[in-house]
Amino acid sequence: MNEIENAVASSPSEEFTDKPESIWRSMWDSLKQNRAAMVSLAFILLLVAIAVITSVFPQVLPHNPYEQSLTKTLLPPNSEYWFGTDQLGRDIFSRILIGTRVSLAVGVIAVAISLTFGIIFGSIAGYFGGKVDTVIMRIMDIMLSIPSILLAIAFMAALGQGIDKAVIAISLVAIPEYARIVRGEILSVKENDYVQAAKVVGNKDGRIIFHHIIPNVLSSIIVRATLGISSAILDASALGFLGLGVQPPQAEWGDMLGRARNYIFQAPYTLIFPGLAISLTVLAFNLLGDGLRDALDPKSRQN
Amino acid sequence: MSDEVLLDVQHLKKYFTVSKNFFGKTTSVLKAVDDVSFQIKKGEAFGLVGESGCGKSTIGKMIVGLYTPTAGKIIYNGTDLTSLPRKERRQYCKDIQLIFQDPYASLNPRMTVGDIIAEPVIINHLRPKNEVEKRVDELLNCVGLSSNYRNRYPYEFSGGQRQRIGIARALAVEPKLIVCDEPVSALDVSIQAQVLNLLESLKSEFGLTYLFIAHGLNVVKHISDRVGVMYLGKLMEIAPKNELYHNPLNPYTQALLSAIPSIDPTKRRHRIELKGDVPSPIDPPEGCRFCSRCFKEADKCKKFNSELKEVSKNHFVACSLFDGEGEKSKHL
Repeated sequence: MNEIENAVASSPSEEFTDKPESIWRSMWDSLKQNRAAMVSLAFILLLVAIAVITSVFPQVLPHNPYEQSLTKTLLPPNSEYWFGTDQLGRDIFSRILIGTRVSLAVGVIAVAISLTFGIIFGSIAGYFGGKVDTVIMRIMDIMLSIPSILLAIAFMAALGQGIDKAVIAISLVAIPEYARIVRGEILSVKENDYVQAAKVVGNKDGRIIFHHIIPNVLSSIIVRATLGISSAILDASALGFLGLGVQPPQAEWGDMLGRARNYIFQAPYTLIFPGLAISLTVLAFNLLGDGLRDALDPKSRQN
Repeated sequence: MSDEVLLDVQHLKKYFTVSKNFFGKTTSVLKAVDDVSFQIKKGEAFGLVGESGCGKSTIGKMIVGLYTPTAGKIIYNGTDLTSLPRKERRQYCKDIQLIFQDPYASLNPRMTVGDIIAEPVIINHLRPKNEVEKRVDELLNCVGLSSNYRNRYPYEFSGGQRQRIGIARALAVEPKLIVCDEPVSALDVSIQAQVLNLLESLKSEFGLTYLFIAHGLNVVKHISDRVGVMYLGKLMEIAPKNELYHNPLNPYTQALLSAIPSIDPTKRRHRIELKGDVPSPIDPPEGCRFCSRCFKEADKCKKFNSELKEVSKNHFVACSLFDGEGEKSKHL
């Protein structure tokens, strides 16, 4: 035993003294190098700040976003109404700001719901395999074979209108995608020796999935979820455009687009600004997702 | 070593389905382990050697419960593990542990060393909560690692150190039997000796029994009391270590032994070179599995049932040359 201890004492890793650099920390260091991702992250944080501030202190808005004024309809952008006014004389700038909350909330909540179910279905299918796998994945395949927005509209028709129903419809539609990704990741991780080792020392299946497998596939799931937020926002806008989202007078970007579309030649700013808000938000989430993917993929790391 | 049998493997088989037809009917099977029987006595180190793909790791994985045998029995301490339902089978995890071949793959990269070693203690309720940490330190010291390493992640360690962590994890449940699945083949030669010495001292310290799987006879020579030689899913020969090394009877064992390099030029033995490759276990040769490459091929090999025969005390051979009493005396 003595010689063994001596050999270990002189080994090179003796020089480590403190807590190691965690995987998240190195991911963050790598993400910092990516300018587009950092700008996107800043933009997203700004949106979150706007969403929080406008819901807690609505008085910071330059105008009441719900107040109609029929004498001031379709005004072009000016010093008082920065983005102009809509067909009912409401301030577009204020409505876009207050609409941030709805869009972000829809994106995050919808992804959270679909991710939860996606992880549950995907890990059951991937871990247990066999007939369970076949049944779950065939149902997912059937859902994937229908265009998602069409399926969402069908769900809306069954559930009724309202932004809460829209969130449910959007998350239901997105489940198969997450289930597929999680299943694939689990298939690749579950044959690892450390998962086998966890079985040998007497872990139960549930603990193996959640303690040993999921943490090792989480990074790729997070990337997908970030990208998923943008498609959820887009889906919500599409439903809003079709009049299936929020109920008037609530402000939502897609809904604003839909209601203003008759004035596209008369007052294009009524569409340009909500459209820009959607595009920029979606772009920011996409760029952040791409940045995260690069940061988590050791092969594409720059340093 | 006592005479008490700890593990009795009887006619163990494991077939893997390679392909199925459209209707889900199996059309070809891979016979990874085909009717293998052996016994391990309490306190013994039983070596199992054979080339890659001969089924030795599959046997190890069946014993720890990672694979379900196709047929046969694994009798541990009088209980047939193969007949137990899943839940009860898990109880025996405490008694039979596995040390993995690749120390880089066998530790969860997202867990600290302390958590990896503490987990078996916690889930099996082996210590009260407040004593778990003490137990982890104890185990780390057991395998020659400093208890300061508790909060580190596996990637900070070298192969040999990782293997020690794997050994500590296996020891955490206080097992009686440890299946060592080529525990040193992924390590540097200098580290191999260290880990082998560690395994040996742990064996006497905790009264362990080993099933030591390796692909070369030289590593097994160091640690085992008895050695079994496998080829294409069958056991070819079982003998006490010295008997096997000095008096190998099966032609395959002879070929294996002749392949061990020697640094002493005067002691160089005649190297037996085998022709061809190992046949596919999907469609193995009829009769003796080794007959297609054997340098002593006899006609009756093709009809030989590959059963082990005790030719002298504790020395079992499966070879048609030793099948039947008359033949035996001729060749001994």
